[in-house]
Amino acid sequence: MAAPAASPVDNRSANTQTMTIGKALNNGLRAAMEADPKVLVMGEDVGKLGGVFRVTDGLQKDFGEHRVLDTPLAESGIVGTAIGLAVRGFRPVCEIQFEGFIFPAFDQISSQLAKLRYRTQGKLKAPVVIRVPFGGGIGAVEHHSESPESLFSHIPGLKVVSCANPVDAYWMMQQAISSDDPVMLFEPKKLYHSSALKAPVDTTATPDPLHSSRVVRHGDAATIAAYGPSLPVALDAATAAQEEGRNLEVIDLRTLSPLDLGPVFESVRRTGRLVVVSEASSEVSLASEVAARVQQECFYSLEAPVQRVTGFDTPYPPAKLEEHFLPDLDRVLHAVDNALEW
Amino acid sequence: MPSPEQWTRPDPGAGPAATAAQPSPEQVIAGLRATTEGGAELTQLLTPEGERLADSRFDPYLADVDVEALRGLYRDMVLVRRADRESNAMQRQGQLGIWVPLLGQEAAQVGSGRALRPGDMAFPSYREHGVAYTRGIDFRELLGIFRCTDHSGWDPAEYGFHPYTIVIGNQVLNAAGYAMGQKFDGKVGNADDAENEATIVYFGDGATSQGDVHEGFVWGAVYDAPVVYFCQNNQWAISEPTERQSRLPLYQRARGYGFPGIRVDGNDVLACLAVTRWALDECRHGNGPVLIEAFTYRMDAHTTTDDPTRYRLSDELEAWKLKDPIERVRAHLARAGGAEQDFFDGVDAEADEFAAQLRDFCFTMPDPPPERIFSEVYADTPAALDAQREEYLSYLAGFAGGEH
Repeated sequence: MAAPAASPVDNRSANTQTMTIGKALNNGLRAAMEADPKVLVMGEDVGKLGGVFRVTDGLQKDFGEHRVLDTPLAESGIVGTAIGLAVRGFRPVCEIQFEGFIFPAFDQISSQLAKLRYRTQGKLKAPVVIRVPFGGGIGAVEHHSESPESLFSHIPGLKVVSCANPVDAYWMMQQAISSDDPVMLFEPKKLYHSSALKAPVDTTATPDPLHSSRVVRHGDAATIAAYGPSLPVALDAATAAQEEGRNLEVIDLRTLSPLDLGPVFESVRRTGRLVVVSEASSEVSLASEVAARVQQECFYSLEAPVQRVTGFDTPYPPAKLEEHFLPDLDRVLHAVDNALEW
Repeated sequence: MPSPEQWTRPDPGAGPAATAAQPSPEQVIAGLRATTEGGAELTQLLTPEGERLADSRFDPYLADVDVEALRGLYRDMVLVRRADRESNAMQRQGQLGIWVPLLGQEAAQVGSGRALRPGDMAFPSYREHGVAYTRGIDFRELLGIFRCTDHSGWDPAEYGFHPYTIVIGNQVLNAAGYAMGQKFDGKVGNADDAENEATIVYFGDGATSQGDVHEGFVWGAVYDAPVVYFCQNNQWAISEPTERQSRLPLYQRARGYGFPGIRVDGNDVLACLAVTRWALDECRHGNGPVLIEAFTYRMDAHTTTDDPTRYRLSDELEAWKLKDPIERVRAHLARAGGAEQDFFDGVDAEADEFAAQLRDFCFTMPDPPPERIFSEVYADTPAALDAQREEYLSYLAGFAGGEH
């Protein structure tokens, strides 16, 4: 794992604590619930148990059963009732236990949640947040390791973001909750409890806007764009490349819908080469959308075709094979080599 | 009434069990087929002949319904039917893209709609024009949906009437969530009943097969939500009869979820009013949810694109004409001396004027401008969408010289 940008022992302020992504999400939820009594948490096992990943740990104890709802076990019901609660004036934060179980809710998300504002021309809003633990690398059985974020990024009216470090986890949670648009927060489950990614979170800092991408490592040889669980892979690749004398620029996309590709365009105009990394299958994906827009905006700057390092165009394989399926350091560096040798 | 066991587990030697596709006479009587019979448990306060039946359970909910109120319900139903027929005709004339007729369901919609208080919330499907009318929504505001100039015209908060929901059953979950919110807001079980609120959600017999309706029942039940599930069983889900959706009479499903279910004569405006008032009252006092099955009949097609002659017989329609929701109120009023011919003539004239206004309005409705495509997709519009909008509008502006 790459070292985080800031020192893990940074305790300059009493408002700064060092924590994992999972704890930062928990603290972000807590801060939002303290700031606004209309914020509700709802999902399967989110109350007493604190969620299967413990992201909602302790919230029901502190805020009560009417603010942290252990719901019946049905995803369409979770999102469908959250919409009604939002129309009533609440700000529900739904947890979908694993991304592979979200599809019963696809109808409510696509038909109602995403369209309610448009249908009523702004007379109604649906400020619902849907938290989705996603991605592989945890040795799980089927339906527990997928990356369906492109499917949701395709739906107008929804916003989709993903975090890859504790600072973003803390702030994106709160920004998503305060957004008047419905937001899906894709959380990299593999990284929830990664101690290597622990970082100090200053709760008095001014966060970046929710829908912005960010250069997280500067370089000039080629650009890597990644998000969520692929970001540490991209940073590791950049560290390895540096040992070979190549400085790679790494961009955390952070916002998947809308995409914020300004920093990517600016970077590619300097480096001439782009590698997009994502665990999702590549066909008709976010990686493809990034490639399409970069060729449109940076046509004369490109020295090589945009490379995509992604999961294969197959269902997620049995976990004994996931090391092959998931983009890793070597596949990313191989793509960088392809771009540089074009 | 026969129990399900009687037809699924016949006595030994009695021959094969009846199936949904080959129903027994008992099943027919129990309401498992499209039928004119609502069964023995049908709550009816006004017979098709206009006779008022005493009912110790529900009469208290009609204590304030005097002759004047009854005349009002009659007027409501006549106006709604007239507007429905006018809209149907306007579709035939090409002024509306489609119309969803409610003919035959006026009593179910006006009766239940008039049971609501201003602070209550209603979640419709797409046929609830009569409920919309009772919520104070101008019929003209419904037309945009069917002329395809908008997706929903009215302000849901102002009228307590959610947008029409076209995806079958989605709204039942949304309503359950809204009702949970009413409860969380402390609007249930207050000693001062004026503080209390409830939610009603409309759906059809076909929708009862949807997972969202099942989940909506579960959520309402386990959170004790103040929600009335109002199922208009109009016997047909486009071409499919109720027997294709359920073995059991629909109202009996409530028992499995742990709340009361009741079948009401959906063509009886007094019964629909009284039963819905009772159900809302139960909800406001913390005894919700309640399922109401309004047993009625879709007298016209599913929509103007449908052809019911392909799947049902005209004698069924003729049988239901004898149970018309408006005629029985008219007969009752005339017989009881509640109204003279002048009154009926006056309502008819008012209905004609209502229809004429609707027609004038519809014919002059402007098409929305192209920029409307891009409006209110988001509270905070992404720059890329703004750019797409500007690009298209400037492209259009390139045709300004008339080369379009």
